[in-house]
Amino acid sequence: MKYKTDVVVIGGGAAGMAAAYRAKKEGVDVILLERDEDTGGVLNQCIHNGFGLQYFRKDLTGPEFKEYAKERLEDIEILFGTYVLEVRKDRTIVFVDKRGIHEIETKALVMATGARERHFNSLPVPGKRITGVFTAGLAQRFINLENLKPGSKAVILGSGDIGLIMARRLTLEGIKVEAVLEIMPYPGGLERNVQQCLKDFDIPLYLSHTVTAIEGDRRLEKVIAAQVDYKWDPIPGTEKEFEVDTLITSVGLIPQTKPVDFVETDPGFLVSNTNQTSEDWIFAAGNCTVIFDLVDYVAKEGEKAGKYAALYARGEYKKGKKVKVRKGDNIGIVHPVYIDPTQESTLYIRVSRVFDRASIKVLPLDVEVIEDEARPPEMIVVKLKPFDENIDEIEVMADELISKLG
Amino acid sequence: MSSSQNLVKELTCVRCPLGCKVKIEYTEELEVLNVSGNKCPRGREYAIQEISDPHRILVTSVKVKKGKYLLASVKTTDAIPLRLFDEAMKIIEKLEIEAPVKRGDIIIKNFLETGTDLIVTRSVERL
Ligand code: SF4
Repeated sequence: MKYKTDVVVIGGGAAGMAAAYRAKKEGVDVILLERDEDTGGVLNQCIHNGFGLQYFRKDLTGPEFKEYAKERLEDIEILFGTYVLEVRKDRTIVFVDKRGIHEIETKALVMATGARERHFNSLPVPGKRITGVFTAGLAQRFINLENLKPGSKAVILGSGDIGLIMARRLTLEGIKVEAVLEIMPYPGGLERNVQQCLKDFDIPLYLSHTVTAIEGDRRLEKVIAAQVDYKWDPIPGTEKEFEVDTLITSVGLIPQTKPVDFVETDPGFLVSNTNQTSEDWIFAAGNCTVIFDLVDYVAKEGEKAGKYAALYARGEYKKGKKVKVRKGDNIGIVHPVYIDPTQESTLYIRVSRVFDRASIKVLPLDVEVIEDEARPPEMIVVKLKPFDENIDEIEVMADELISKLG
Repeated sequence: MSSSQNLVKELTCVRCPLGCKVKIEYTEELEVLNVSGNKCPRGREYAIQEISDPHRILVTSVKVKKGKYLLASVKTTDAIPLRLFDEAMKIIEKLEIEAPVKRGDIIIKNFLETGTDLIVTRSVERL
């Protein structure tokens, strides 16, 4: 079959649902392509609360967030069980479903393909590849959707939010979590999750630690961990052994940019403040651009991508000047990397080290934000008004704010 | 006169994702002397509760019969004492509800006499 529309959205997670909703609200025709039988993506398995406070102004669980977002998609065409094979430069999207292969001719596209988990096998850990090693997302899926118990005693590698949340989830399900290991000298997830997922249940967190080996015949029997130095090399004599049958890894997410391969990525889609990629008609939002901390940010970005894609489809938004955003001192990540100065922007920033009190400056604009206890895992959000089009480049930097009284 | 017995606790407020660092100073008799670092009044409440009886929202899932999914996720409508979590999980483990269920459906009213309800957070259609 051949379809024709104004905006296609690929991916029905938090970003894609928001993009489709917003594009439709701008008055254009929208088709949403979703690989699964339902929208929501990873929200379906994230049954914990803490979502939506900024976006829906309510404290919601993942499934509730998804249902709220989905209710707004009533008059949008969603094609479920679809797999996109190809995105062509001539603005045709080719996808397959149970009925066969189809084509959509579109004016604009929003990529909202999210991220995938980095797997244990990609880490340089010796040992056989045995049963009992799961990514946190897979374990979450087993427990929360499929009613399967992955094991009885576990170690978690990585203290990102998913790892922390799984520590609590496993504990509630009667699986003993012996330890959470983190290679960095600070926790990888939000402070609130360290409190309510580890401290609440007395689960030990070992900072500057990593897994050095795993042992077991067919099923995992032992995890060996050690402390690491500043180069991440294990320190001899610091080894600890954990007799567990399960190792859960939460070692990072990788933006998913396939099947589009002709636009700028690093490793996610490089976009501007209007979510436009290096290809005029392709917009992108959410974890396929950069890994966000909060689904609320992802949904807000999705809406923005939907809005500009709709404006583009109607011929009301073109690509203007692109001002480069440069990472200055102590900045790990800044998103987006380009700014169309005629439009407002939201910058998402991660500092590259821990600060007691950080002063974040955007130069040469006269913008300064003070952030207490800035840590790399927590994104700092800075809003910018449209600015002088003669500026060629802006730079974001962070500095320790030294109290004048102290 | 302030005595040397005063206690200080630094907490991370978990009432919202901002995760403010809240500092509470109090006496051994749990008399609150000072709360600082909270960006909103809920942080003060949180800190006071935290030194006497920490409360959390419980999120988990229950088995569903005849549903499109095997499980429906559930939560308590408000935070309940953390010390009740074990007991609560034992009750929830044995529950089995029948599809269809809708988001917001109450499964147990006044759960463990906490004044909060246990509600469904995911709608599950009947198969
Ligand atoms: S004090 Fe208020 S703003 Fe800060 S984390 Fe708690 S609820 Fe959120």
